[in-house]
Amino acid sequence: MPRIFTPKVITANALMEGDVVYLTADDLWTRHHREAELIDDEAHAQVRLLDAERRCDEVVGPYLADARTTPDGPAPAHFREVLRTRGPSNYRHGKQVGLV
Amino acid sequence: MYRYTEFDEAFVRERVAQFRAQVERRIDGSLTEDEFRPLRLMNGLYLQLHAYMLRVAIPYGTLSAGQMRQLATIAERWDKGYGHFTTRQNIQFNWPRLCDVPDMLDALADVGMHAVQTSGNTIRNVTADHFAGAAADEIEDPRPYAELLRQWSTDHPEFQFLPRKFKIAVTGAPADRAVTKAHDIGLRIVRSGQDTGFQVIVGGGLGRTPMIGSVIREFLPKADLLPYVEAIVSTYNLLGRRDNKYKARIKIAVHEEGLDRIRELVERRFGELRPQFAGADQKLLSDIRAMFALPPLTRAPVMRFETARRRDPAFRAWTDTNLARHRDPDHAIVTVSLKAHGATPGDATAPQMRALADIADEYGYGELRVSHEQNIILPHIHRSHLHEIHGRLKIAGLSTANVGLVSDIIACPGMDYCALATARSIPVAQWIATRFEELKIEHDIGPLKIKISGCINACGHHHVGHIGILGLDRAGVENYQITLGGDGTEDAVIGQRAGPGFSSEEIVPAVERLVFAYLEMRKSGDETFLETYRRTGPAPFRTALYGGERARAA
Ligand code: HEM
Ligand code: SF4
Repeated sequence: MPRIFTPKVITANALMEGDVVYLTADDLWTRHHREAELIDDEAHAQVRLLDAERRCDEVVGPYLADARTTPDGPAPAHFREVLRTRGPSNYRHGKQVGLV
Repeated sequence: MYRYTEFDEAFVRERVAQFRAQVERRIDGSLTEDEFRPLRLMNGLYLQLHAYMLRVAIPYGTLSAGQMRQLATIAERWDKGYGHFTTRQNIQFNWPRLCDVPDMLDALADVGMHAVQTSGNTIRNVTADHFAGAAADEIEDPRPYAELLRQWSTDHPEFQFLPRKFKIAVTGAPADRAVTKAHDIGLRIVRSGQDTGFQVIVGGGLGRTPMIGSVIREFLPKADLLPYVEAIVSTYNLLGRRDNKYKARIKIAVHEEGLDRIRELVERRFGELRPQFAGADQKLLSDIRAMFALPPLTRAPVMRFETARRRDPAFRAWTDTNLARHRDPDHAIVTVSLKAHGATPGDATAPQMRALADIADEYGYGELRVSHEQNIILPHIHRSHLHEIHGRLKIAGLSTANVGLVSDIIACPGMDYCALATARSIPVAQWIATRFEELKIEHDIGPLKIKISGCINACGHHHVGHIGILGLDRAGVENYQITLGGDGTEDAVIGQRAGPGFSSEEIVPAVERLVFAYLEMRKSGDETFLETYRRTGPAPFRTALYGGERARAA
């Protein structure tokens, strides 16, 4: 039975700060998960990953991460990716500083 | 203290200049990440989950007050005002920007520090007993040998591309505070009749296949140290498996080839190498040794110490847990806990680093140490100064009296920072420490080492924790596996898995059940957790964890 493709976003770390970024549908890097392009087709995902990998002077280590749809846009599926949207749990550092 | 020679200084400056150019070429796009990655790792720069991380070596854990102040400055100027001290006697800065790293490295070079060989398949920062040069039980200060090894291994052309990373630890005391049996090479200074030499241990390591090292040479004359260590590393360089990174450490070579075979190869290579070391290393060693001389110790009455102990219970509690015996009876070794209940193990803020540097300058001959247990040591403190120091530490939030107790937890960064993690470890340490502080029983429990890693790489040494906790990802949920009975001392033992893991809600109550089971079973207040475990075996502890039924099934 073919594997079911679960929706993905493309994520990476920004070259200068190392901060987590996501690829949007219009080819920008956003710092907010909910603005990422949600990709639900495997072939398209591979093409988008190739696009992202070419932009190595902007980001480091792009990869596909599982995501799910919510009314506010794509949200992370795995707890590792949830942490990446926020920052560490021992200090209010990283992205959570700007979040409300 | 060791001072950089002109050669060291020029080498480090040149490396920083090279790296500055490499960073510029990465930023302008002329280097890809694949090209840049090995270069940044060679300079201690990692990329973690949320940011870069710069790992700075603190060779054999020894720091001067001036170096500590510089770390504080770096933390404030280019990071978020704190640093994280690790089990490998390094400090990590968690938030540097790529473009600032060359400036940080220059600032480190200003005080004779660097991040060279803190990463990659090289000989890493040589670690040593954090009480070196001060401990009452010490045969000889191991740091001159650690420094000799550092100079020999730094940029050693043959050993820049080993099959895998290579870690060496040295101790000069019978009580092993450097976990020598969990290193690729462990060196213990021992006596044989009138002579002192090294017991050489090889093939220890933690990670996914934890192993306790074996003695390859019972007694090595001190003058043969470099040729013998070089013989081991060069034997390993040829034998170590480059086909599989999980089988590439020397422990696997020792396991697969057998200790006798390795010994035979090492001795043969040693025979070839020994004549090539024509004594230059011994000349160097005697120069180095002079730099590690004990400072001229204060002579003064110690009465104030006893008086203060009688009058100030908080001070008394602190002296009960945080002092160790110095070789001079009027002095003490102070361990400053970086484990305030609920805080992140191993973190110190810039003001705390400065407070420590000031105390070291005023009372401690300007010397500081970093322990692999993620605490800071003031190695030579006259007893008459302890009460003042305790007061100063209190103001800086550094007077926690818990060294060696339940809340003195080692925890790796785990999934709060580390890209390899499978679960978080810092919050688990915070919860456990907070809970036992509420119960107010940790002084009654006595010595108990809890160690937590956020993945199988075991940076938190969980295998050698009396209670070890390993964070895993079970179907997308954090799950914590407990090991029991591990020990990182001269009697090193790898802990045994207790049974199925626990969720993040269950892990603290599970640890609590283990501790209460111990309190019920111990023969007296003097029998430690580990002693009770060794006497009873795991069964009653499993019952405490899982109840009667599941314990039998596990
Ligand atoms: C981004 C951070 C880190 C990364 C990527 C990392 C990576 C690794 C890896 C891959 C191993 C397994 C090596 C092997 O078995 O061949 C390892 C082992 C180890 N690391 Fe880390 N580590 C990190 C942080 C730390 C920290 C913060 C400490 C100290 C608290 C530390 C201390 C150790 C120790 C003691 C070992 C196990 C001993 C051994 O290798 O036998 N590491 N690390
Ligand atoms: S044990 Fe794993 S999670 Fe913890 S620091 Fe090491 S590699 Fe990271």
